[in-house]
Amino acid sequence: MTATAPLLEARGLAKWYGDRLGCRDVSFDIREGEVLAVVGESGSGKSTLLSMLSGRLAPSAGSVVYRLRDGSTRDLADLSEAERRHLFRTDWGFVHQDARDGLRMGVSAGGNVGERLMAVGARHYGEIRAKAADWLDRVEIDVSRIDEKPTAFSGGMRQRLQIARNLVTAPRLVFMDEPTGGLDVSVQARLLDLLRRLVADMGLAVVVVTHDLAVARLLSDRIMVMRGGRVIEAGLTDRVLDDPREAYTQLLVASILQP
Amino acid sequence: MTAPIAPTQGYAFAYLDEQTKRMIRRAILKAVAIPGHQVPFASRDMPMPYGWGTGGIQVTAAILGPSDVLKVIDQGADDTTNAVSIRAFFRKTAGVATTTRTAEATVIQTRHRIPETPLRAGQTLVYQVPIPEPLRFLEPRETETRVMHALADYGLMHVKLYEDIAEHGHIAKTYAYPVRVEGRYVMDPSPIPKFDNPKMHMSPALQLFGAGREKRIYALPPFTKVESLDFDDHPFEPTRFDAPCALCGATDGYLDEVVTDDRGGRMFVCSDTDHCETRREAGHRGALLAAEDPAGGATARPEIAEDLP
Repeated sequence: MTATAPLLEARGLAKWYGDRLGCRDVSFDIREGEVLAVVGESGSGKSTLLSMLSGRLAPSAGSVVYRLRDGSTRDLADLSEAERRHLFRTDWGFVHQDARDGLRMGVSAGGNVGERLMAVGARHYGEIRAKAADWLDRVEIDVSRIDEKPTAFSGGMRQRLQIARNLVTAPRLVFMDEPTGGLDVSVQARLLDLLRRLVADMGLAVVVVTHDLAVARLLSDRIMVMRGGRVIEAGLTDRVLDDPREAYTQLLVASILQP
Repeated sequence: MTAPIAPTQGYAFAYLDEQTKRMIRRAILKAVAIPGHQVPFASRDMPMPYGWGTGGIQVTAAILGPSDVLKVIDQGADDTTNAVSIRAFFRKTAGVATTTRTAEATVIQTRHRIPETPLRAGQTLVYQVPIPEPLRFLEPRETETRVMHALADYGLMHVKLYEDIAEHGHIAKTYAYPVRVEGRYVMDPSPIPKFDNPKMHMSPALQLFGAGREKRIYALPPFTKVESLDFDDHPFEPTRFDAPCALCGATDGYLDEVVTDDRGGRMFVCSDTDHCETRREAGHRGALLAAEDPAGGATARPEIAEDLP
């Protein structure tokens, strides 16, 4: 297996909800350290695509192939439930738009970060706690708040806590669903800054779904524009945003508010 | 020990009909074959409310034979309402011999305690279980907890213990302390104090758990490995007591705190009444009895009326 082999390959993905189309004919590769943004308006099939890529929704057609740490490639559809869960808490991360979906709100910040470690067999309290404290520091949460519950945290802190919780097992691929949605602009900027740094430091591959082109511009290397369940344009982020070819992409780019 | 008598006419032996007992025995066999795994069974309505031991009674009824000697304890005591009623129930419907002495019994139904006298091969301990699912308050979906058991996906249990240490500095769970059976299933040992957890490990007796309302049976066959969950740097510690039993002076038992007056007076006594009485028969004296009766000497065990009108 060469270093340039893709980490994840999607081929001909389609999802039908009965007669209604979720998305169709989606094919792409992601390599290690690469950030792919999926943009489009509500109902364009972004979230359906993300659910299929992360193995949470079975596609109606097509396949998702993932290269494991041992170098072997596996079709996600063939993974057993135990393998899927293991992959999900070691090699993958999933950052939800609403931090309440991704955090245990009744469990302290330290417990939230430590959960993945304990799920894969960590049994030393001191080490789990030290690692949780280290990660809180890395996402710029005051370590003295390690025993507070996320309910006492602001929206931006919850989102950063969610990121720490996902990255603690050093995953290779992270899915993000509107990670900056619902945050105010200055908090968004700080979060994007943090994400950019972590992605670069850890060499993460990221699939980020967003309707915010600024997020795509700041974070991603490549971009896919979706509309009506299909990919209408794909390419390098700068190329697509500076020189959009499709009429719809031109409309999207033109509708960014300039203060 | 009371001798066997003829059971009351009009009931099947030990109350339950033969088909029901077969059904329960099948569940018990499966539970014994998969230690710590919760086996569903078609729990019957019993002539008592849920929470009074309907699960334990059904298991006892299914395994009881005419030659068995039955002991029933509630919080370690043979003379509390629940224990007396259940013992009288089987005395009436099965006519079996009953006893309060752990060593004489072949079947012991219990709520909240494991007797202090070590159990031996051939004895069966039947637990009354209110909530069989150890993950219940961590994951509310029963479909999900079943998947978690199937995949041995127990990280969440340690999150709970982590939270305890973060909040209290130690694992604060003192009863129904979760255990791992043979390195596989995580099991709720019913609300016994964690003091009793080590007694389950490698016990020569068969241990059966019945939950009537939740319709689950699980089991620990003799000589099963039972470890209490913990962290490497916060190992499991059974409860310890500072004072000996005020009546028999025992230092090895689980003690109940009893308030003796309204001026803050209290004493600690064995929760296992059989253990305490056996020691007093042998002449042991705790601080309270020694003060009342400095001469000492063995005391006779109080008689408990077995055959209710």
